[in-house]
Amino acid sequence: MSEQTYTPKSKFGKWFNDRLPLLSLASHLTDYPTPKNLNYWWTFGGILTFCLLSQIITGLVLAMHYVAHADMAFSSIEHIMRDVNYGWLIRYIHSNGASMFFLAVYIHIFRSLFYGSYKSPREIIWILGMIIYLLMMATAFMGYVLPWGQMSFWGATVITNLFSAIPLVGDSITTWLWGGYSVDNPTLTRFFSLHYLFPFLILGLVILHIWALHVPGNNNPIGIDVKKPSKDTVPFHPYITIKDLFALLIFLIIFSGFIFFAPNILGHSDNYIEANPLVTPKHIVPEWYLLPFYAILRSVPDKLGGVVLLFGSIFILMALPWLDSSKVRSSIFRPLNKIFFWVLVIDVLALGYVGAMPAEGLYLLIARVGTVYYFAHFLIILPVLSRIEKTQPLPLSITEPVLTGMPKAEFIKSDKRHV
Amino acid sequence: MSLSFAEEIKIPKQEWSFKGITGKFDRSSLQRGYQVYTEVCSSCHSMNLLSYRNLGEEGGPEFSLEQVKAIAANFEVTDGPDNDGEMFTRPARPSDKFVSPYPNVKAAMAANGGAYPPDMSVLVKARKGGADYIYAVLTGYTEAPANFELEEGVYYNKYMDGNKIKMSNPLSDDLVSYSDGTKASETQMAKDVTMFLTWAAEPHLESRHKMGFKVIIFLIILTILVYFSMRKLWSRINPEE
Repeated sequence: MSEQTYTPKSKFGKWFNDRLPLLSLASHLTDYPTPKNLNYWWTFGGILTFCLLSQIITGLVLAMHYVAHADMAFSSIEHIMRDVNYGWLIRYIHSNGASMFFLAVYIHIFRSLFYGSYKSPREIIWILGMIIYLLMMATAFMGYVLPWGQMSFWGATVITNLFSAIPLVGDSITTWLWGGYSVDNPTLTRFFSLHYLFPFLILGLVILHIWALHVPGNNNPIGIDVKKPSKDTVPFHPYITIKDLFALLIFLIIFSGFIFFAPNILGHSDNYIEANPLVTPKHIVPEWYLLPFYAILRSVPDKLGGVVLLFGSIFILMALPWLDSSKVRSSIFRPLNKIFFWVLVIDVLALGYVGAMPAEGLYLLIARVGTVYYFAHFLIILPVLSRIEKTQPLPLSITEPVLTGMPKAEFIKSDKRHV
Repeated sequence: MSLSFAEEIKIPKQEWSFKGITGKFDRSSLQRGYQVYTEVCSSCHSMNLLSYRNLGEEGGPEFSLEQVKAIAANFEVTDGPDNDGEMFTRPARPSDKFVSPYPNVKAAMAANGGAYPPDMSVLVKARKGGADYIYAVLTGYTEAPANFELEEGVYYNKYMDGNKIKMSNPLSDDLVSYSDGTKASETQMAKDVTMFLTWAAEPHLESRHKMGFKVIIFLIILTILVYFSMRKLWSRINPEE
C-alpha cells in the first residue's frame, strides 16, 4: 500500500489533507497496486458497485411516487408505470436491476470459489461478502413484496411463515414480524421501511469489504502472492478502471436488453394481479435468484428441518475458509477441486430448476439429492479433498505466466513443493 | 413418478406488430379494439387504471382530442359534493378514469354467477402467455368433448385452465360494426381487442422500444471505443499483445 507517501501539491490541498486525508485516500485508490493478470471474472466487483448505486438511485425516485399502503401500493406502482415521466423506465431498471445484481453476485461468488479468494489472508473479505449477500436476499425479498401483487403477498406469507417453525417462540416471532395475525398493511409498511434501510447497510458493508480487500490486495487467477509489485502489478487507475468500464458496458448492453425488450420476462405474471388474501395462486414461487434455496427448503418434509437447512446452506459458506484447508488457492492447480467446482455449479443450477417446479415426483427427488450433495460438497468433499489432493506445481511469480500465457514447465519450480 | 403435474395447454403464438425490437401498435387496430372493448367487454370488465385522456396519448389509439372528449362525454360520473353538499352526476371528462360497469367487486360477482370479471387494465401482463393467451381464450370456444362435464353457467374453452370458463363466448361475427369498414369477423375482433388490451397494460411500449434501440446502439459504439482505448493503454504493460 502506498499511503503516507502522497503529499498534495497545492498549499490548500496540503492544509486540507492534513486535517482530513481525503486526497490521500483518492491517491491510494488510484495507485492501488492490482495484479496485472486479473481476468474478466474479476470485473464483477466494479459491476456490483454499479448495481448497488443504480438500485439506490432508482429506488430513491420510486419511493417519491410509491404509496406504502395495502389499498394503494398496487395502483401507485401502476401510476409510476403510466403517469410519472419515465416512471416505467425507472421501475424497469429497478426491478430488472435486482436480477442483474444477483446474476453479478453469483458470478462474483463462484469466481471466489474457483480461485480460492476466500482463503487466508482474505477470510474477512469473504465473510463480509456473505453478510452482504444475506442482506441482498432480505432486501430483494422485501422489495418484491412492495408492489403488493399476488406473488408479493403469497411469497411474503410463505417466507414469514418459516419463522413459525422455530420451537416455542416461533408463532410469537411471526406475529411480531407481521405486525398482526397475517400479512397485511403493517407488514407492508415495515417491509418498505426496511427495504429502504438495508441498501445503506449494504453500502456500509461494501465499503468494509473493499477496505478489507485493500489490506492484502487482490487475489489473482493463479492465486499466488504478488512477489515484486513493480513487475506483478499495475496501478488501479487507469488500467483496471478502463477494463472494469469495458466489462460494465457489455453488462449494460445485456441489462438494457432486459429493460427495454423483455422487462417482465424475469418476473411472474401473477404479480400483475393485485394481492388477494382469499385467492391462493396455484404455484407460489420466489424470484429466480432465490430458487435454489427454495428447493432446499422444500426438499425436507419437516418444516423446522427445512428452515434449518435453508439457513444452514448459507451459513455453511461462512465457514468455507476453514472447511477447505488446501494451501493452494487457484483451482487451476487443483485438478480435483476444479472438477468438483463444476459439479457444484451444476448442482446449484439443478436446485434452481427444481425450485421453480412443483415439489413432487422426480422434481422432489432431484431436490433431495441436490440438497444432500450441496452439503456434502462443503462438509465432506472439500475437507477431504484439501488433504488428499495432489496439487500441481505453482509458477514462480505472476509475471511469468502473464508473459507466456498459461504457466509453462520452464517457469515452474523444479522442487516438488506444493506450497 | 411423472414429470408432468398437470397437462400444459399449448398456447399458439400469433404474429403481433408490437413484437420485436422495433415493434409498434397498429393504430387503427387499437381504435377498433377500443370499440370492441367499449361495446362488448366493458359491460362486465372494468379498466380502473385507464383514463379517457390515455386514448388520445402518443403511442396509443391516438384518437383526436375532439374524439376523446366525445368518447368521455358518453359516460356519466358521480362528482361532488357541490356547494350545497350534494353529490351530482355529470358527463365524464378526458381526465376521468374509465367508468366501471359495477359499483364494486361484490356487485360484479353477484351479477356474474359468483365469478369476478377481472379488471382488464393490466390483464395481458397478468397472464402467462400475454397477448397470445388472451387471443387464444377469445377464440378458444368450441363444443365440449362428449364425456366432458360442465356445470350450469360454465363454458368449454380449449385454452382456459381446466378447459372451464365462466364467461360465455363474448364474440361472434358482426357483433360490432367497425366505423372504418373492416369486416368484424370473430378473429378480427379478438385480434383488435387483444392489441388494445396490450397497449392498455403497457402504454409506453412504443417509446420503450424506441429508446431501447437508441440506448443499445449508443452502448455498442461506446463499448467499441472503450475497447480500443483499453487495448492502447494495456499495450504499455504487455507490449507483445
